[in-house]
Amino acid sequence: MTQALKTDGPQPGLRDVLDEGPLPESLLPEPAVEQKVERRTVEIDSHSLNFGPQHPSAHGVLRLVLEMEGEVVARAVPHIGLLHRGTEKLIEYKTYPKALPYFDRLDYASPMSEEHAFALATEKLLGITAPERAQWIRVIFAEITRILNHILNLTAMGLDCGAVTPALWGYEEREKLLEFYEAVSGARFHANYFRPGGVARDLPAGLEERIGRWADEFPAWIDDLESLLTENRIWKQRTVGIGVFTSEQALAWGFSGPCLRGSGVPWDLRRSQPYDTYDRVTFDIPVARHGDCYDRYLVRVAEMRESVKIIKQGLEQIKPGPVKVQDPKFSPPPRAEMKRSMEALIHHFKLFTEGYHVPPGATYTAVETPKGEFGVYLVADGSNRPYRCKIRPTGFAHLQAIDEMSRRGMLADAVAIIGSLDLVFGEVDR
Amino acid sequence: MAEATAPVGTRGSSCLSALAFTLSTTLPGIRSASLEGGELVVRAERERLIPLMTLLRDDPRFRCEQMMDLCGVDFPERPERFDVVYNLLSVSHNHRIRVIVTTDELTPVPSIHKLWPCATWWERECYDLFGVLFSGQPDLRRILSDYGFEGHPLRKDFPLTGYTEVRYDPDRRQIVREPVSLTQDFRDFDFVSPWEGVLTLPGDERAHELRQIMKKLK
Repeated sequence: MTQALKTDGPQPGLRDVLDEGPLPESLLPEPAVEQKVERRTVEIDSHSLNFGPQHPSAHGVLRLVLEMEGEVVARAVPHIGLLHRGTEKLIEYKTYPKALPYFDRLDYASPMSEEHAFALATEKLLGITAPERAQWIRVIFAEITRILNHILNLTAMGLDCGAVTPALWGYEEREKLLEFYEAVSGARFHANYFRPGGVARDLPAGLEERIGRWADEFPAWIDDLESLLTENRIWKQRTVGIGVFTSEQALAWGFSGPCLRGSGVPWDLRRSQPYDTYDRVTFDIPVARHGDCYDRYLVRVAEMRESVKIIKQGLEQIKPGPVKVQDPKFSPPPRAEMKRSMEALIHHFKLFTEGYHVPPGATYTAVETPKGEFGVYLVADGSNRPYRCKIRPTGFAHLQAIDEMSRRGMLADAVAIIGSLDLVFGEVDR
Repeated sequence: MAEATAPVGTRGSSCLSALAFTLSTTLPGIRSASLEGGELVVRAERERLIPLMTLLRDDPRFRCEQMMDLCGVDFPERPERFDVVYNLLSVSHNHRIRVIVTTDELTPVPSIHKLWPCATWWERECYDLFGVLFSGQPDLRRILSDYGFEGHPLRKDFPLTGYTEVRYDPDRRQIVREPVSLTQDFRDFDFVSPWEGVLTLPGDERAHELRQIMKKLK
């Protein structure tokens, strides 16, 4: 807060510091000069504050210019694009299989869900369907990804609001899930596992049991997390009634996922437009009514419990079988076959150099990622490279509403709001 | 096929084609409304975009509460080179409608930010990446590219490598922009014909020229 302090008589030193030119006539305390009484005029200046791009609570490279009136936010102007890598342009120069790994790098907190959207969009244009086992694996790992993302988001949001312990606990739990990632794909983050036509490889032996054991234990961890936060007085003071968005506002601003459900709109693409085998599992869609940061937190916690249910049902229903379409034009042949069959070797070579040609067409395919609706608008022109691949990030729409959400709130509330919107800038900036 | 692939719970293709029929007969500004791969696509006239979008948002038959995505697509060979694609979603009816209008570099598209406030950033993005102008949009600034960036990177005639690169110069203690210099030329393989990618062999220039002429004639 800038306080222009003006006592009677000239004060050149102060004036130099303020560097603002003389005060208007009407504001000058002219009677004070005669009366020789100590009087002062206090001028409160609204000024702007650069929140980020290096701020730990900005969840990445967000530069948020806050125009403050004292400690109250008058206007919040996000500047994005600091992590813009031109993913959409790069994809136009890659074959379809080579474009897939870019999706891991978009939302690096939930990599496999992003791959899911691109894999489904390509499958739709190609007119192929992944085998049942592959669909189950994708559903199980999409839910593992959801938990992975929510753990990071909730605990990081807790960290922003002063609760350190959830983050320490959360990282341990995330490590278990990342081991499942590593077991199936060989990588902890940039998995490149969901492919058009299935998944890259089958689950290794014993992984289903390991996931099952983890799924039995995990709800207890959610209880522990809730014991730290849900009824915590400080946590509720920081989040209840903060960043309230009505369902009309949430719809108009293009919200999706937990942010939309937190505002009271029961909308989940897994239920309303199911893909893969989501129509064969039963789960509830948590909806909250108030649309504040606390409700978004509650929705995410409840979603983790539902994800565990889906994983368990998936493990019950999954059966042995192929994990990619049995067409060498779309999926590479087994390694052993390549040692003997010339045809398999040629297929392998062609697939990894030329890829496959996708018939002309366009599709907008969206999946319910942990953050909300993640869409891919894919335009194919019959060649082996996408003509246009528009990525619809979830955080882009959420971040845009931050001005409306944080207006007339306190500076500290802006931090809670950013945490509750679940932003990842790899995805927002693309 | 569309009927079979329509997921459980969404409106089937018969319902969507009924919507397409309604759309193509109610409003004059619609060039075509049809199902393409099971998705309802409306090609509209640019000048009548606002009435159409208002109808799609407010009419109880469509009720598209959400504008999920807005993006550009560049077709440089067309006279109106840009497609502007709007993906609308109806939460109450559970359907998606895609509206496509065309434009060129100079003709602005009416902005829909008064119908859906979230359109502002999508329009800014489309302007930034393609140079499509939006009339009535008060905040048409760049959004994704760098401060002071020139050009529209997602146009097909913009090279993948760009024109300038940015680095920090420790001597001048400032960030400098220089023309891109690549140690290796950008390699772009053409897979449409297996023979097109072959470079001209020494002594074979004449044949190569002939091939290029033949290719153009085709």
